Order: sequence, then structure tokens, then C-alpha cells
Amino acid sequence: MDKKVKKEFDPKIVGFLCNWCTYAAADLAGSSKMEISPALSVVRVMCSSRVDHNLVLTTFFNGADGILIAGCHPGDCHYGEGNYYARRRYALLKKVTESLGLESERLQLTWISASEGNRYAEVVNSFTEKIAKLGPSPINCRSDL
Amino acid sequence: MSRITLESKPSDGVRELLRHLLDKGKVSAVLAPRRLDDEGSLDLGFITDRSELDSIDPFAPVMIANTAQVLSMITPSSSKIAVVLKPCELRGFVERVKREQGTLDNILTISCTCGGVFPLQKAVDGITGGMTANYYSDLSSEKIHAEIRETCKACEHFIPINSDVTVSLVGEKDLDENCQIYLNSKSASELLEGLGGEIDKKEYDPAISAGLMKKRLAEKERLFNSVFPGKGGIDAVIEIFGKCVGCHGCSRVCPICYCVSCDFESMNFDSDIAYYEKELSQKGALRLPPDTMLFHIGRMIHMSFSCVGCGLCSDVCPADIPVASVFKRTGDKTASIFDYIPGRDLEEAIPVMVFKEEEFSRFVDE
Ligand code: SF4
Ligand code: SF4
Ligand code: FES
Repeated sequence: MDKKVKKEFDPKIVGFLCNWCTYAAADLAGSSKMEISPALSVVRVMCSSRVDHNLVLTTFFNGADGILIAGCHPGDCHYGEGNYYARRRYALLKKVTESLGLESERLQLTWISASEGNRYAEVVNSFTEKIAKLGPSPINCRSDL
Repeated sequence: MSRITLESKPSDGVRELLRHLLDKGKVSAVLAPRRLDDEGSLDLGFITDRSELDSIDPFAPVMIANTAQVLSMITPSSSKIAVVLKPCELRGFVERVKREQGTLDNILTISCTCGGVFPLQKAVDGITGGMTANYYSDLSSEKIHAEIRETCKACEHFIPINSDVTVSLVGEKDLDENCQIYLNSKSASELLEGLGGEIDKKEYDPAISAGLMKKRLAEKERLFNSVFPGKGGIDAVIEIFGKCVGCHGCSRVCPICYCVSCDFESMNFDSDIAYYEKELSQKGALRLPPDTMLFHIGRMIHMSFSCVGCGLCSDVCPADIPVASVFKRTGDKTASIFDYIPGRDLEEAIPVMVFKEEEFSRFVDE
């Protein structure tokens, strides 16, 4: 009997990237031909503060194994203070999912500026690795939510 | 800050106080729980006619509606109103005022150290009448009454925060002829001048009710551990909220859910068959009506840090879901990361409306 080779798990990750910094960093990383995990689907937002909790929850419910929110470094937000509010909202999301035991480590917020193409590649690759290790999300595509 | 001692039942004392306020023209109206019969039917009476005061039952252990919501309907008021309300209702109203859903201007708040309230079902079945004797003796002996709401049993904020007047019930002996009224604000002292009774310069001392506090804190820990056992997880969440019929009654009665057009009832959640077909092609099956878990987890994220644990949401749930216990449990955790206590201070900003430049580095992967 031949053993079935266990199918590799391909994580699905959604990245909400701020237009003014991280999205540009993604561009830079791409044009510099850096190796970037293909697991990440990019959604461009105008500011990290655009990412509200329903957006995050719906994305998880509809099949994401991990979500990355990335914006400008503190002090550099195009709109002044958006990323500070985003950070508060993110802390809240983390805490609620943590309190319900919903694998809050599948959600990550980070700051990547337009010039940090290298860092972008690193963050995406290491987050992909982390999610790959965690395996498929238990809330991913359930039919009873 | 002073204390008035009257030799009467606290409920008689407060009726006397309200009569004084109306007779002397110091307030134009009173809002307080009112008995409609001897069995336990109550409403919130909005009263200007002094003869109606006889039916006021200021400390009736029932919360028929959250007074915080009602206060949003009647404020701002052009003249002074005296309001008798539970500590959590007052905290709920402070949270609403922060959201510009009312004002405390021209409101004299009268509250008590609170022994908790009966679930609404017991009130509408008319059985609270027979239970209250026991209820008042438990107040004196600082016991948690066996029949009150689950979240009341676990409530550690039973001493009113920010009330103008606090009537001390918990831990007071001889509640048949001992009414201790603490005046916590300048306006309370001015309005109640001439009420009579014995006056001294004492402030409320939490030692009076420390025994109950200990029991409530222990009960809180027990409740939080039992309502959501083990590590949780999506199966546990579905086990709790899976019975939900989607009536949204829990958010309608909530003093914190003030949004006139709730996102979950808006066009954003109005989907058509094409949408469901797309979902079906991905998932193979769907739960309808949709978005049940999204509603509960989303609402928790939206408002749990302001939840005052009043328990109304559990009370109205037709599916018997312990909504309040779950929300309060998560709310304690969300409020704590912002060092926030709902209703503690009108000047304390709603956590998501402010920020510090350096914070939450533990959460963010810098
Ligand atoms: S009151 Fe109960 S059934 Fe109605 S929406 Fe809330 S949890 Fe669901
Ligand atoms: S969530 Fe429930 S317990 Fe909390 S304030 Fe709203 S109605 Fe009261
Ligand atoms: S504009 Fe980039 S985070 Fe606000």
C-alpha cells in the first residue's frame, strides 16, 4: 500500500495594506524582485484606520487563515492620527477574540513604511510561515456561523 | 458632603424626600419605579402630581427598562428632575452622555447600594411580591439573594458612582426604621435643605458593605469561569449563541447600544439571493437568517468595554442565552486593557475615541 503524501497546507492570508506606505513597500519589494510568499492577497486601503472589525471578522469567516493589517509608522500616518486609532481598535479585536478563544494570533498589525521593501518581504514571509504552522483556521468557511 | 438619618423605612424616607422636592418646587418632576399592583407589575413613573408619589417603590428589585435609555428620551430638560435609579443604570447613562445621548444637567440622581434585581420573568409572573421580604433581610445581612439576575450576583459596582444622593441599604440593620441618606454633591445638599431628620458630616463608608463585596467578587469569578468553560473556541461560541433567533432584542434593550440605525440592521447586511448563492458555492451550506456570530462578536467588539452588566439582555432573550454574562465577561477584559470602568467618570473618554502615542506595543509587531 502506498502511503498518501499529506497534502501541503496552503494558507490563505489577506493583507489590508495602507496605500501610502505598506502598499508602496509591497510595490518596491516586487520591483526589487524580492521573494515574497504568494499566500498573501492584498487589499489596498487608504489608511490602516479604515479596517473595521466587521471587515476583519467577515474576512475570517469567509476563508482567511490569517489577516495582516499594515500601515505607516506611528507619527507618519498620512491623515495624522489614523494608525493610533487603528492600534486601539486592533487591541480591542485581539482582546475580544482572545477572550473567546478564537486564535487571536491569526491577526497581526504592523508598521511598514514605503521604503521598507525588505521588511515587507520579511514580515509577509514570516507571517505566512507562522500561519502555515498553525494550520487551517477553525472558523474558515464554516456553515454554522 | 453629609448624611441625613431618618427613622423610617428607606422607601418611606425616599418618598418623603421626593415629596419635599416636589412640594418646595425644587424639582418639577420625578422619574422612579412605580408599583401598578401588589404582585410585582411596575413601570417607570414620570410624575409631577404629588399624589402619585404614594405608588413609587424606589428600591423595587426589578428593572423594567433601563432608566439610562429613558433618560435619553427626557433630557435635556428645561427644569430640574429627580431620578431614582440603580447604580448600573446611572453608569449606563454616564456612558450615554459620553455618546451625546443625553445630559446630566438638571438631573438629580438618587441611587442606593444595590442588592440586585429579579429577572423580569419573575416580575411579570407576579411573584416578586412574595419574595421581597426575604430580599430585604438579605440586604441587611449582606447575602447574595438567591433569585436575582446572574449578573447582579456577580456585580461589584453596587455602590453608586457619581450619584447626587446615595441611600444606604446593603449591610444596614433595622431597615424598618433606619434610613441613611448620603448627600454627595452641592446640589443635593442645597435641594434637600429643610428635609428634617438628623444631619451629620459623614460620607459613605464602603466598610458598611464590604461583606457583600467579597461575596460578589467571588461569585463574579465563578460566573465568568462557568459561562464560558475551558479555552473557548469557535465551537464554544456556537454552543452559546447557536440558539439565537436573531431578534436583536438584546441590543434593543441595551443602554449602551444607542445607535439609531444599527449596522447589523442596515443595508450593509441586506443580501440578496445572488450573494447567498456565491456563499453556498464556497461553503456548501449556510445558516439563515445569516450573520448570527458576526452580530454577537461584532457587538462585543463595538461596546463590551462599556457594558455595565445590567443583565437586561439576558432577561429579554427568548432563547435563554446568557448574553449578559458573556458580554460582561468579555467586557471586563476589554475595559481593563484601557484601564476603563464604564460610567466611572464623565470626563473619561470612550477608549476608541482617544489614544496615547506610546501604547500596546505588546500587541503590535513593531
Ligand atoms: S435576544 Fe437572544 S435571540 Fe434575540 S438576538 Fe439577542 S441573543 Fe439572539
Ligand atoms: S450588554 Fe447586556 S448587560 Fe451589558 S449593558 Fe448591554 S444590556 Fe446590560
Ligand atoms: S495613512 Fe498609512 S496608516 Fe494612516
